[in-house]
Amino acid sequence: MKRVGFKRFMSLVVKEFNHIFRDRRTMLILFGIPIMQILIFGYVVNSDFKNIGISVLDRSNDTHSQRIMSKLMASGYFHFRGNLQSDHEIEETFRSGKVKAVLVFESDFGAQFNSGESPKIQIVTDASDPNLANTIVSYIRGIINAYQLEARNATGMGLLVAPEPRMVFNENLSSAFMFVPGTMALILMLICALLTSISVTREKEVGTLEVILVSPLHPVQIILGKVLPYIFLAFINGLVILLLGRIVFGLPILGSPILLLAELLLYISLALSLGILISTIAKSQQSAMFVSLFALMLPTVLLSGFIFPIENMPVILQWASAILPPRYFIIILKDIMLKGNGLAVVWPETLILAGMTVLLLFIAIKKFTIRLAI
Amino acid sequence: MSRESIIEVENLTKRFGRFTANDNLTFEVREGEVFGFLGANGAGKTTALRILCGLSKPTSGTVRIAGLDASHHPDRIKKVIGYMCQRFALYEDLTVFENIQLYGGIYGLTPREIRSRSDELLDKLSITDLRNRLIRSVPLGWRQKLAFSIAVLHRPKIVFLDEPTGGVDPIARRQFWDLIYDAARSGMTVFVTTHYMDEAEYCDRVCILSGGRIEALGRPEDLKTTCQVDTMDEVFIRIARKDQT
Repeated sequence: MKRVGFKRFMSLVVKEFNHIFRDRRTMLILFGIPIMQILIFGYVVNSDFKNIGISVLDRSNDTHSQRIMSKLMASGYFHFRGNLQSDHEIEETFRSGKVKAVLVFESDFGAQFNSGESPKIQIVTDASDPNLANTIVSYIRGIINAYQLEARNATGMGLLVAPEPRMVFNENLSSAFMFVPGTMALILMLICALLTSISVTREKEVGTLEVILVSPLHPVQIILGKVLPYIFLAFINGLVILLLGRIVFGLPILGSPILLLAELLLYISLALSLGILISTIAKSQQSAMFVSLFALMLPTVLLSGFIFPIENMPVILQWASAILPPRYFIIILKDIMLKGNGLAVVWPETLILAGMTVLLLFIAIKKFTIRLAI
Repeated sequence: MSRESIIEVENLTKRFGRFTANDNLTFEVREGEVFGFLGANGAGKTTALRILCGLSKPTSGTVRIAGLDASHHPDRIKKVIGYMCQRFALYEDLTVFENIQLYGGIYGLTPREIRSRSDELLDKLSITDLRNRLIRSVPLGWRQKLAFSIAVLHRPKIVFLDEPTGGVDPIARRQFWDLIYDAARSGMTVFVTTHYMDEAEYCDRVCILSGGRIEALGRPEDLKTTCQVDTMDEVFIRIARKDQT
């Protein structure tokens, strides 16, 4: 009896695999998009800091100002874009877009430096991209401080406190370390929810779901039969993304790979339950797609901490972010991969994801069967 | 008719909010009968059929299928019924045989049973050459006959057909009814909803629904005699008119 039930269930699973493998569009969404996304996010959306155009308005033109400039250029972060002669040229060069920062040395810069007064350097930056402007200022400041320290030590003018920052867990501040976990959370959520909700609503539209519902299969079997192939494929997908992160961007996996895969499986199940839930609400493939894309993608990109730090959000948005599964998955991924943490550290997030999965699945099955009772 | 009743419906009522789709229906269907459920669109045919199939639950009243109470043994009932709905419920991206395999598998047939019944079925419809073609590329008329044959693949006691011939030309409809007769001859009970009155003539007994209520029930000949008309079409118009006044 049990075995007959299992065979029934398996014929449903086989059918679902056939649907997936025969639909070129589904295959493309399933495997093409994730790989493209990761590469695009990794390479193009690159917030790594290099080759920033910089100009100088040097009214002093002495050894100190020249040495500071050559030190800046030697750092490799900046690209020299020429000397300016007057103040109003500054805005002009910014408009061209090639220069992001201008250093202005006052005319008595060198003299003041030597006499021990505090000489002034003005750093003017193009703040149309505020994050970049901030980064530029802090890099320039760091280099100038270093120069100042060297010069003082050389002339025996006494020591200053020299803070030496170190970026732990991502020494090179590589943005791939941020984008790969974020993209993985985003893509898996989207694909799983989108594809399952579309495939269930498609059956609703065509009428095949009704025929399956009349059959002796239990609603839970029907849902599992839908979901199982996607769990399998999404899992492979996750592996591909991890592998890409490792090979192309050098993302380490310091923690337990088995734990990482278990978390991956948990997150996929969560996303799939969400997909099933969406399909019980949505009446057509279009509305399922709409809900999956807009209700999931935007909040995930904006609120999950993927791009914008949660700590800086208004309190209300922080609450909203608390109900987003990707938020916890990103934390788990970073903890395991970059910090080498184990379950002892990530258990609260894991528990939250597990709780959400159970809840969503429960509601989805409940809604699925209630629909029958109407 | 001394045959036993296989569907027994008593005081079946279904309401959606304030709207009453089925109002106190009581009827029975006997084993091996071709039972037609007639009515205009919105008369409540599909609602009642969905309840009989277990796709929906009645607001009140009792339904017994093959001697089993529908509210207590839905799982046991599902094994002895077949269902085909007005849309083509076959998977377009699967082949003819894969569709047969799927439904056979769902109803717990063994691979050997599936293979032999599939050969038999394709041979009967004389479409053996379409075996490995995607449903998408099979002509509509054939798809409908195939959908019916698949709905009875597991040899159910009762098969429910919800407007099975919608959108099909008269010749294909005629052929479709030949299949229905074949099934009935083998002892299967056929419960069919339709709004084609010529199809009503093919049924052993019909039940005419209007406004959610049963307006007439009986053999087509008897109904025609009672209404003193020649065709079921006229019977239907007479009953519908009575409903309006």
